[in-house]
Amino acid sequence: MIPARFDYEAPATLDEAIGLLQRHGDQAKVLSGGQSLLPLLKLRLSSVGMLVDLGHIPGLSYIEEEGGFLRIGGATRECELERSELIRTRYPLLTDTTLVIADPLVRNRATVGGNLAHADPANDHPATMLALGAEIVARGPKGKRTIPIDQFFRGPFETALEPDEILIEIRIPTPPARSGGSYLKLERKVGDYATVAVAAQVMLDAGGSIQAARIGLTSVAETPVRAEKAEAFLRGKRTAANILAEAGRLAAEAASPTADWKGSVEYKRDMVRVLTTRALAKAIERAGGK
Amino acid sequence: MATHEITVTVNGTPHRAEVESRLLLVHFIRDELRLTGTHIGCDTTHCGACTVLLDGEPVKSCTLLAVQADGGSITTVEGLARDGTLHPIQEGFWQEHGLQCGYCTPGMMMTSHALLQRNPQPSEEEIRRAISGNLCRCTGYVNIVKAVQYAAEKMAQPVTTQGL
Repeated sequence: MIPARFDYEAPATLDEAIGLLQRHGDQAKVLSGGQSLLPLLKLRLSSVGMLVDLGHIPGLSYIEEEGGFLRIGGATRECELERSELIRTRYPLLTDTTLVIADPLVRNRATVGGNLAHADPANDHPATMLALGAEIVARGPKGKRTIPIDQFFRGPFETALEPDEILIEIRIPTPPARSGGSYLKLERKVGDYATVAVAAQVMLDAGGSIQAARIGLTSVAETPVRAEKAEAFLRGKRTAANILAEAGRLAAEAASPTADWKGSVEYKRDMVRVLTTRALAKAIERAGGK
Repeated sequence: MATHEITVTVNGTPHRAEVESRLLLVHFIRDELRLTGTHIGCDTTHCGACTVLLDGEPVKSCTLLAVQADGGSITTVEGLARDGTLHPIQEGFWQEHGLQCGYCTPGMMMTSHALLQRNPQPSEEEIRRAISGNLCRCTGYVNIVKAVQYAAEKMAQPVTTQGL
């Protein structure tokens, strides 16, 4: 399959890239890892006048903790996240997530920023970043701005980014002690898009009760969503099985999936319930709780 | 029509070419360079038959533009054998019967090659994980895993006995 014709530029700096986006307006599209965009262009489900490739701009790929944040460069590849000792030991929710995105070959190209900016409601990082309370750093002609993740996803394949803005960094508040997270994904076959998936991040207090929890859901609505009722219910609760079961039930209520070849509405909702309960249990275990 | 001049090194040989923006790397390799060992399978980023190494990393060349590889170094299956001697990976697939129809084999070998460069003594699980983006519809993967293990052992032998 061959995409329809387009033009291509590989700018060497962010300023140049932003200039190209300004010049070409809605004809332009940012190319990062290309593992979602190129298939869309090949299938001709999408077309574009100008591809602006970020691949030759230095300094967009890094993973570091600084000033109370984990900072991930927008063009950091999934394989780098997967291999990072810092991520594995301190942010297991991110390792869980990257390992279930497509397959290792795709992860050698696919980028974290791309997974978010593409805003496919079935993508995996969006729910994870909701659970981690991340911030998106975007750069445009007027400089840098920070967008809270809760305001980032506007609709299917639609974000708060302006057409001439580029996602340059993801910032995740460093979790305090006694924190843990987990991502569980139900997929028809390895590497598939999620039927549904659940990201959970919990913080325990000194007595082992839940101080705060954040839950993000994948593939259950037009955007990734938080299970806010379940989060509120968990605050201050013990980590008992019946509590987690009730949180699962509340999370299922936050899901408004559509029926498709992957399952019925009822099935998907029930899987949200099951996966939420399990993801919470795993997150609590990782936070050092019982 | 938007075209670009690119320079890529393929199996050690530098190539200069004028390519259209939309030309896929796999088409550049097969149609322009006539290196047809790299296969096109699903053409939808699933099967991995088109796997090549770009700067040492296995990637699906059907999901990469040729122009994105500008300045890069590519290894295809044709780059594995040296002076008529099979690479240990190729020998492994032959000895262990790691293929039936052979369609996935070039991609499977490129991924395995990259794995062994990074991790010379992988466990069976690590091998299975590494090749999880390469689909085989014949073998059931058992002999493919054995082929990679064969190559790992062979490549671990002292250099003096290798390739003799």
